[in-house]
Amino acid sequence: MRHIISILLENEAGALSRVAGLFSARGYNIASLTVAPTEDPSLSRMTLVTSGSEGVVDQIRKQLNKLVDVVKLVDLTDNERIEREMLLIKVAAEGEERAEIKRLSDIFRGRIIDVTDCAYTIELTGDGGKIDAFISVLQPRRILEVVRSGVIGIARGSITVKPDAPGT
Amino acid sequence: MELTGAEIFVRCLRDEGVEYLFGYPGGAVLHIYDALYKQEEVKHILVRHEQGATHAADGYARSTGKPGVVLVTSGPGATNAVTGIATAYMDSVPLVVFTGQVMTHLIGDDAFQEVDAIGITRPCVKHNFMVKDVRDLALTIRKAFHVATTGRPGPVVVDIPKDITAHKAAYVFPKDPTLRSYKPVRDGDPAAIRQAAAALAQAKRPMVYAGGGVVLGNAATELTELVRWLGAPCTNTLMGLGAFPATDPLFVGMLGMHGTYEANMGMHECDVLLAVGARFDDRVTGDLDKFCPNARIIHIDIDPASIQKNVQVEIAIIGEAGLVMRELLAALKGTGVRLDEAALKAWWHKIDGWRARHCLEYDRANIEVIKPQFVLETLYRLTAGDAFITSDVGQHQMWAAQFYKFDKPRRWINSGGLGTMGFGLPAAIGVQLAHPDATVACVTGEASIQMCIQELSTCKQYDLPLTIVNLNNRYMGMVRQWQEFFYQSRYSHSYLEALPDFVKLAESYGHAGLRIDKPHDVEAALKEALGRRDRLVFLDFITDQTENVYPMIAAGAGHHEMHLATDRELA
Ligand SMILES: Cc1cc2nc3c(=O)[nH]c(=O)nc-3n(C[C@H](O)[C@H](O)[C@H](O)COP(=O)(O)OP(=O)(O)OC[C@H]3O[C@@H](n4cnc5c(N)ncnc54)[C@H](O)[C@@H]3O)c2cc1C
Ligand SMILES: Cc1ncc(C[n+]2csc(CCOP(=O)(O)OP(=O)(O)O)c2C)c(N)n1
Ligand SMILES: [Mg+2]
Repeated sequence: MRHIISILLENEAGALSRVAGLFSARGYNIASLTVAPTEDPSLSRMTLVTSGSEGVVDQIRKQLNKLVDVVKLVDLTDNERIEREMLLIKVAAEGEERAEIKRLSDIFRGRIIDVTDCAYTIELTGDGGKIDAFISVLQPRRILEVVRSGVIGIARGSITVKPDAPGT
Repeated sequence: MELTGAEIFVRCLRDEGVEYLFGYPGGAVLHIYDALYKQEEVKHILVRHEQGATHAADGYARSTGKPGVVLVTSGPGATNAVTGIATAYMDSVPLVVFTGQVMTHLIGDDAFQEVDAIGITRPCVKHNFMVKDVRDLALTIRKAFHVATTGRPGPVVVDIPKDITAHKAAYVFPKDPTLRSYKPVRDGDPAAIRQAAAALAQAKRPMVYAGGGVVLGNAATELTELVRWLGAPCTNTLMGLGAFPATDPLFVGMLGMHGTYEANMGMHECDVLLAVGARFDDRVTGDLDKFCPNARIIHIDIDPASIQKNVQVEIAIIGEAGLVMRELLAALKGTGVRLDEAALKAWWHKIDGWRARHCLEYDRANIEVIKPQFVLETLYRLTAGDAFITSDVGQHQMWAAQFYKFDKPRRWINSGGLGTMGFGLPAAIGVQLAHPDATVACVTGEASIQMCIQELSTCKQYDLPLTIVNLNNRYMGMVRQWQEFFYQSRYSHSYLEALPDFVKLAESYGHAGLRIDKPHDVEAALKEALGRRDRLVFLDFITDQTENVYPMIAAGAGHHEMHLATDRELA
């Protein structure tokens, strides 16, 4: 099953490679991984999407928690949560296509952020499903380039991933 | 007053109470070596290869419970240390390994003797640190010792660029080494402990399976009390030997691939299994589908990741083995119920039946060739079971585990998880330094001993009166055994064609050597070696080339599918 895991990590050189190394050394799946500093500059927040049987995911959580640089880990999968991913997509846009692509982008609440004679670059955020759907509607046209940020996630309500909050 | 990084380094070791530093110099650590030269509190032991330094520190750590400390230079010094670091990692041994590094401004430039020590060691350390500012040095060292020795112990590497050891800073011994991200659990969950007590109290065929965690956690006393109160059979893993007294009638021997018939059958037929400080290794469980088919399993371990990793258990208790077992015994006593006496009696009757198979029997009548088991039995008898025994890896290791009855923890020093040939001799150096008056014997094979043979020179330099028991079968016996069983006796590259004369070799290092090839000379030779407190004696026992280790469970078979010496044809 797919799991989305939030981690607070010491913002130190090498911390990211400990996480990445763990996944490759132990043969765990990693679908996406995003990381950036937080409001507290000593901490980074990582969102990791992985999949596996419950036993494997249990081991993943435990092994991650065991890393000395991991300050807090919360598996968001069991919570009400918001997931977002950002897409930057460059698509060929010429002639009549231009209006049609603009319309599709509006429907998906995308924003055209760069324009040339023959191409649009569109920015879109949403959960993975929305991003996939947008890419597939553009598929019949000529997609020049796709960049996806990977998923970030946050729990709904008052649950927070903080150094002193309870983890899983 | 400001001190240089090198001086701070030495002061930190002193303030951590470090007695011995095992090391080997080189460019990147010369400032540190200069600081070591100017003091006498931390004694430096010069090995002959960095692998030897890590194993010696490891032997020191395993035999004392204190962290072993190592200093090596950058580049090849660091890479040579990796085998020893990985060995300690697999067996959860607390080490702090300092690697020199090229100057900060050269890092990443492929500088002379530069390797990414942090990257190379990352998968085989509990944690590692690079020091980038001399003002962080003392606290980093303090944290390294803290992480290495608490929770599930393990090796920690601290990489120190050369310029850091020249820079100056004020030195204060940091009081508080705690890290916000590292808080090992100590006490078990009382509810889980009560559940465990209830399960054990109802057991009709209980079994206790105790591992290295009991030794690491200094919990042998608590284990012994608990097992005796239960009246249950107790088995130890290879790493747990000595956690429960081997001469106690409740002890059924080691379990697993080369464990006893009674221990493995006991595992197969028990109805409640208490696992303490053991990690259900594949050499122990064999085929997981056939593992303990009838048992409710309770698992006590300090590392949550050890629990439900290979085997699904019903009751998991995360905590220090000693603390948890003390609470568990209190809870059992609190229930006021004792185990069903008639059931227990029937269970022991069954176990005694398995014991009557005498699975460790070997051909004692042979007066022509030395049986390796006989050497170990004699060693056990002559040392009254009170020696420190280090071992290398192979058949000799298994026979030592089977025939030397360890009544105390930290007496049996071997590489179980990584199975590192070359471990035995350097480990014995660390053990003998830690216990100068104790008898320390290294049980080895002619292949293993050659992997770190250069450390004989270290033994000479520090006058270590070790006894080397070389069970010389002219084969990589363990490999030969597998080739005999599973490759129709095609002995591909497992015969050692050009062996040195070990007696002369020992002599050339300044030690005494003896070759023994008749069974009736075994005892006298061992007596002679063990009696000499003034020098190392290398005993080269020419042993039976064809002897195999029994019992044996083939990799991936179940506990009840053991091969005994008496049914050789099955193998
Ligand atoms: C040639 C060869 C043959 C082998 N054959 C066998 C065999 O027949 N039988 C056998 O048993 N092994 C055998 N081994 C060894 C095997 O590979 C494993 O190393 C061994 O079984 C692991 O022992 P263990 O389960 O006690 O775990 P260890 O590696 O000792 O791990 C200790 C466990 O205890 C936990 N722990 C640590 N500290 C504490 C504490 N304070 N409180 C609670 N828990 C703690 C740790 O988290 C860990 O889970 C063999 C090895 C070799 C090289
Ligand atoms: C460094 C290393 N290389 C290879 C092995 C694989 N191996 C395990 S046992 C063994 C043979 C050991 O031979 P010896 O030391 O003579 O012991 P014996 O089995 O004959 O008692 C080998 C090669 C290992 N464990 N470690
Ligand atoms: Mg051999």
